[in-house]
Amino acid sequence: MKKILIVDDEPNIVMSLEYLFKKENFEVFIARDGTEAIEIVENNIPDIILLDIMMPNVDGYQVLKHLKANNDLCEIKVIFLSAKNKISDIELGLQLGADKYISKPFSTKKLVKEVHKLLNKN
Amino acid sequence: MSSFLVISIIIIYLAVIFYVAYWAEKNSKSKWVNNPYVYTLSLAVYCTAWTYYGSVGLAATSGLKFLTIYLGPIIIIPSWIILMRKIIRISKGNKISSLADFISLRYGNDRFLGALVTLICVFAIVPYISLQLKAISETFNVITNHNIGGNSIIDDTTFYIAILLAIFAAFFGTQHTDATERHKGIITAVALESVIKLVFFLAIGIYVTFYLFNGPVDIYNKASLLPDFKQQQSINGLEGGFNWFFLSLLSMIAIMLLPRQFQVTVVENEREKYLKKVTWLFPLYLLLFNIFVIFIAWGGNIIFQNQGVDADLFTLMLPLKNNHEFLALLVFLGGFSAAISMVVVSTLTLSTMLSNNLIIPYGFLSKYSKGESEQNSGSIKKIRRVSIFSLIIVAYFFYKYFTLDRSLVSIGLISFVIIAQLAPSFFGGLFWRRGSSKGSKYGIFVGFFVAIYTLVIPFAIDSQLITSSFVNEGLFGVNLLKPYELFGIQILEPVPHAFFWSLFLNIITYTITSVNIVGKYRERNFAEMFVDSSKYAALHENAYVWKGEAYVKDLRKVLTRFLGEKRTERALNLFYMKYDIDKNSPYADARLVNFSEKLLTGSIGSASSRILIASVVKEEEISLTEVLSILEETQKAKESNKELHERDKQKNEFLDTVAHELKTPITSIRALSEILLDNDDVDNLTKKKFLTSILKESERVSRLINNILDLEKLATGKEKLELKQHSIKKTIQKSIDAVTQFAENHRIYINSEGVNDAEIMYDDDRIQQVIINLLSNAIKFSNKEKGKVSIFTYINQNKIEVSVEDNGKGIGKEDLIYIFNKFYQAKNQTILKPVGSGLGLAISKQIIESHNGIIWAENRNPQGARLTFALPFKTNTI
Repeated sequence: MKKILIVDDEPNIVMSLEYLFKKENFEVFIARDGTEAIEIVENNIPDIILLDIMMPNVDGYQVLKHLKANNDLCEIKVIFLSAKNKISDIELGLQLGADKYISKPFSTKKLVKEVHKLLNKN
Repeated sequence: MSSFLVISIIIIYLAVIFYVAYWAEKNSKSKWVNNPYVYTLSLAVYCTAWTYYGSVGLAATSGLKFLTIYLGPIIIIPSWIILMRKIIRISKGNKISSLADFISLRYGNDRFLGALVTLICVFAIVPYISLQLKAISETFNVITNHNIGGNSIIDDTTFYIAILLAIFAAFFGTQHTDATERHKGIITAVALESVIKLVFFLAIGIYVTFYLFNGPVDIYNKASLLPDFKQQQSINGLEGGFNWFFLSLLSMIAIMLLPRQFQVTVVENEREKYLKKVTWLFPLYLLLFNIFVIFIAWGGNIIFQNQGVDADLFTLMLPLKNNHEFLALLVFLGGFSAAISMVVVSTLTLSTMLSNNLIIPYGFLSKYSKGESEQNSGSIKKIRRVSIFSLIIVAYFFYKYFTLDRSLVSIGLISFVIIAQLAPSFFGGLFWRRGSSKGSKYGIFVGFFVAIYTLVIPFAIDSQLITSSFVNEGLFGVNLLKPYELFGIQILEPVPHAFFWSLFLNIITYTITSVNIVGKYRERNFAEMFVDSSKYAALHENAYVWKGEAYVKDLRKVLTRFLGEKRTERALNLFYMKYDIDKNSPYADARLVNFSEKLLTGSIGSASSRILIASVVKEEEISLTEVLSILEETQKAKESNKELHERDKQKNEFLDTVAHELKTPITSIRALSEILLDNDDVDNLTKKKFLTSILKESERVSRLINNILDLEKLATGKEKLELKQHSIKKTIQKSIDAVTQFAENHRIYINSEGVNDAEIMYDDDRIQQVIINLLSNAIKFSNKEKGKVSIFTYINQNKIEVSVEDNGKGIGKEDLIYIFNKFYQAKNQTILKPVGSGLGLAISKQIIESHNGIIWAENRNPQGARLTFALPFKTNTI
């Protein structure tokens, strides 16, 4: 069973994503902010992370930087899910090493497709 | 050593230098070419063959005085971080390509002044270049043990070297028509040569001190036995002190105003911050160069005692005498490097001055105003190349046919003194608004003639061995006019004496003329821009005042003649974009006129570009007061522009945040409804949960939109307040009732015991909105376990204060003033994202302020926050 980590501080977005990926037979983990996300990742390495950017305390960029700096974690696939959709934000996200940047609001079907695509690459 | 061998080595060495220059020109972006070290080392073009051989010569005959040439620079360079930065900024901002350009522009693009400065520089520097050629030739003869190869030029190696140097300077110096373009090739080669000359000089220093003698103490002991030793190695009391002082001052001026120094320091400067490195590294370089001078000099004095060896050649003779030919060869190459870098950089910068400040403005303008761009730029390059060759050839003949028997130091110092005549105009122009072009011209003339009278003529008489009573008895036998003792001053040696009198009279003339004859408005405009450079730098083209009529078409035509179609187009596009000007307007404004002038300045010098531009525009005279007041206004306009810009930025940020805040609930709504739509098998419980969330998020969107509209209405004053007499106690009670449910959910009790009553004018709904907002915030942020919220009033004759307190974590000190900003919670990531639009406090503030009240936040002791608003009894709002 593939593991997915959802990192977002909006309960309703989390709720929808949780439902969506449980239905796709993922084991779903949830973090409400960057700090929680890092804690979870360190105990239980997921296959893919859906990462919001604007979160209290530790933001999405910082989480990604942390992952990329760590040998065990840098292979995890990361999709940014963010309402920030300026070109500079997207470029920064991709430069930091995210595999995909999807702007909010997103299409659930497309999101599921992208997740499968990324995981089936290997 | 055979001359064939030495010539081969010279050729190989020159080939290496040419290759390095070529490589640097090709790789001009490389970090090996662009760094503060290359820049600093290129400044060491200051150390010429004169330093290499002459310092030792001077030290051998006059003791420590040689140090003054380096003391001046070492003292002044730390101040460059401010002073030189200012000069560099002005030069870059105005596309200044040489010292002559700088002075001519400062005094209102004065064509004559630019030409005068150019002539002074040529007059001072050409003999100095000859001196370098002489050093090359003499040392070549010494090392090849060759007596001067007859008078025929064909046999003279120095002639060929001079021609090679001219080719080098012409090839690498005229790659671009724009003389403000940096010459990376030449500069990198000069930096390399600076390393070579220092290393080889240190080598010979160590060799003399530690190989020929047993260290400095040994040399000192032996040298102290020589006659005259004591007297040489001291400053010589007060009289000597004056000499030292003036010589140091002279070299202080030289390090900034020698044309080659201006070239490497200002024109070739890539980044201002390189100056930081220069402030310590360059003095260190000079110090290293001078460590061994005195020891080599003493060593030479001891070894060649009474043998009649020229002290200027000690550096070379010491290894030769001890049969260390290889070392002598290194010394020769070091001196050769020092000489050729000086020759190349000096001819380069003089050729720029000659072309841009003398030949083009006086001879070629009418031709250029008709020619095509390629012809023109070809012709400009040709003028510079011809200038380079002419300068070197003139210098060569000067060396060949005038007996330059005096030591290397004297001619060097004479050219310092002549260059120093530019100092009052230069520094005066930099710091004194009133300094005028007439003052500058007269000052330079007077100073120059005094220098000629007190130094050049007697020197020429002495060195050409002409007998004349002029030197000893003064002009017409008048004692007070003795050139070395003008007006009876006897304590100074010839050079400091000439320096003192010429500069003194120069400054007096400059000041008196400037005070009495007010410059034209144009001059004063540039004076403002130079003196207050930091203030006007930000204004760019706006800092230039111009009134008249001009057409874009005409300006474009002139620009095209020099820059070509493409570059003109590109430059104008950039200009239009920068100032957001309508491209189709046929009229040019002051900014475009100034911009065009600057564009041309790099290619043909400031005076010519001024004349050319003036020929196509119709200019009106403006009074000086007008210039000053326009400058003032532009300055103010710039500031208010900044404010507008800031407001614009805030607005954009606000819109960004609004977009973000709207997208978040919409994301949930979209995702949840898509799931419901795509999956028929969702169980009822989940379906209900999802639908409830969709509903809540929709409410959130509308709340947000309402809040934004609210804020907008309040901020723009579109909404009128319904002001009536109300009881504050009743309003508070109604507000408490509205949040009771919310408080109960958080298990929080609202204490309202401290509420007193008063009647006052306000909009009841709006004030309720504020109180509800403050209460719900307090509820959200109060202590999770034992939450407590209190509301109370404080009433006096003038005002009612309503405070809401919680016992939560309080507000971060740095956040206290920001919490009333729009979306502050969303932006500030350190607090947990609470429920709400992020606009509540901003709206509250707006409401209170439209009641002429104030609202503020503070922290409570020991914990919790208190938000208070005050409403005045006399509300002036309608």
